[in-house]
Amino acid sequence: MAGRYKSKLTWDDVTPKPVWLNRRQLLAGGAGALALGSIAGPAAASLGAQKTGYGADLEPNTLEEITSYNNFYEFGTDKGDPARNAHMLTTEPWSVEIDGMVDNPGSYSMEQILDGVTLEERIYRFRCVERWSMVVPWVGFELADLLEKAGVQEGAKYVAFETALRPDEMPGVRSPIIEWPYVEGLRLDEAMHPLTILATGLYDEPMPNQNGAPIRLVVPWKYGYKSIKSIVRISLVAEEPPTAWNKYAPREYGFYSNVNPNRDHPRWSQKYERRIGGGLFAKQEPTLMFNGYEEEVASLYEGMDLIEFH
Amino acid sequence: MTFVQKLNMTLGRVPPWLLYSVAVVPPVWLLWLGMTGGLGVEPIKELEHKLGELALQLFIATLAIRPLREWVGINLMKQRRALGVITFAYVALHLLVWLVLDVGILSEIWADIVKRPYITVGMAAFALMIPLAFTSNNLSLRKLGPKKWRSLHKLTYPAVLLGALHYVMLAKGFQLEPLIYMGVVLALLALRLKLPQKTAVA
Repeated sequence: MAGRYKSKLTWDDVTPKPVWLNRRQLLAGGAGALALGSIAGPAAASLGAQKTGYGADLEPNTLEEITSYNNFYEFGTDKGDPARNAHMLTTEPWSVEIDGMVDNPGSYSMEQILDGVTLEERIYRFRCVERWSMVVPWVGFELADLLEKAGVQEGAKYVAFETALRPDEMPGVRSPIIEWPYVEGLRLDEAMHPLTILATGLYDEPMPNQNGAPIRLVVPWKYGYKSIKSIVRISLVAEEPPTAWNKYAPREYGFYSNVNPNRDHPRWSQKYERRIGGGLFAKQEPTLMFNGYEEEVASLYEGMDLIEFH
Repeated sequence: MTFVQKLNMTLGRVPPWLLYSVAVVPPVWLLWLGMTGGLGVEPIKELEHKLGELALQLFIATLAIRPLREWVGINLMKQRRALGVITFAYVALHLLVWLVLDVGILSEIWADIVKRPYITVGMAAFALMIPLAFTSNNLSLRKLGPKKWRSLHKLTYPAVLLGALHYVMLAKGFQLEPLIYMGVVLALLALRLKLPQKTAVA
């Protein structure tokens, strides 16, 4: 349901687009001016998302930062590969197969998915398992809205997600980096949590392909790889579903993958992170429990050993 | 005169100081790029990875010099010492970027070195290279004598192996590139087993 988050902010508080486009120019001096042409590009249609004030205290990363530094291995393992290659992905038409323990299974077109939905802006912290982080002004709606539309049946305990697998459009999947297609999963209560959204855009514009167009999951208190991109299937199931990175290295990537500075990745510490955009001399900052969303989500895990169930 | 002979004549005239001067350019250029936005939105990791990759490539080049002479006839033995010392300098810069710009927190640095196998392996490779760098001069060669000097410099082999392993261990998912580097290193080391044991000292 939209509008759950109240805010005292008005449209006067919104940063005008030319200003945020210019932020990088101010930061990087001359180099920013050169880059500006590529950021501005042809302006896409505004989504007109409702402002929620959620995360209004956070300073979002620039559009260039959010769209040029991505992990989307379907398009290659280099951080710049998604920006270079994701234009090959056909995002229209797009539909999501909703199946499993639901009352209304079937193929849902984007129009059907967005029917009756109010798009909201949610400014969330985003913490990658690799120790970098960003702040992203997502546009989306609560996953709970779609699940209600599909009608979750009794007995469903988990939600499984699947990314598109198109070797013709995704050069990365020709190599067995991990097992394709990319799959992810949430416990039903995590999926129904109001912070969990399906995002269809950012900066009030349609989702760039490299960020998971046309529809992706965003779960801000978990490491980034849980927020699966370019979703083609959502299944309601009774058992914990397999997840892509967990299958590859269960010791390194747990099913829950909650951001947790007290549980190190076996190969690196998770106590600190570095915000993208600080340049060559950016310092690391302490990582927050549940990525700063402890107040909202800690109750989901009451009594659970978060080291064992990492 | 054959092509290889001509090539060797030309290469023989390349003085080491020229190599050292050229070697200064890439790190300075990368630092400049990093400070002006040319290395993307996360310049620290980019600088660190670029320096590490360059170091591994130079290490492989250094290791290729003897097989190149034995089997192809191209003689770069005069340049090998400079290439080795430059490799060490690049590894040191890679480490410095990690220490100062990337981690930058003393307690975290120590924890990483002892707790993270890929960092332990990388540090071990660097440690093995220190005595090599400090004995890459004629005085040390004379003091140690060619036999001792040669056995000391066999540390090159475990060092490069650990360097390649360091890269393999930090990959996320199954990635080809670090495995290709490892393959080249293993091939160059395997060639050593076939080389004549009597070796020239560089």
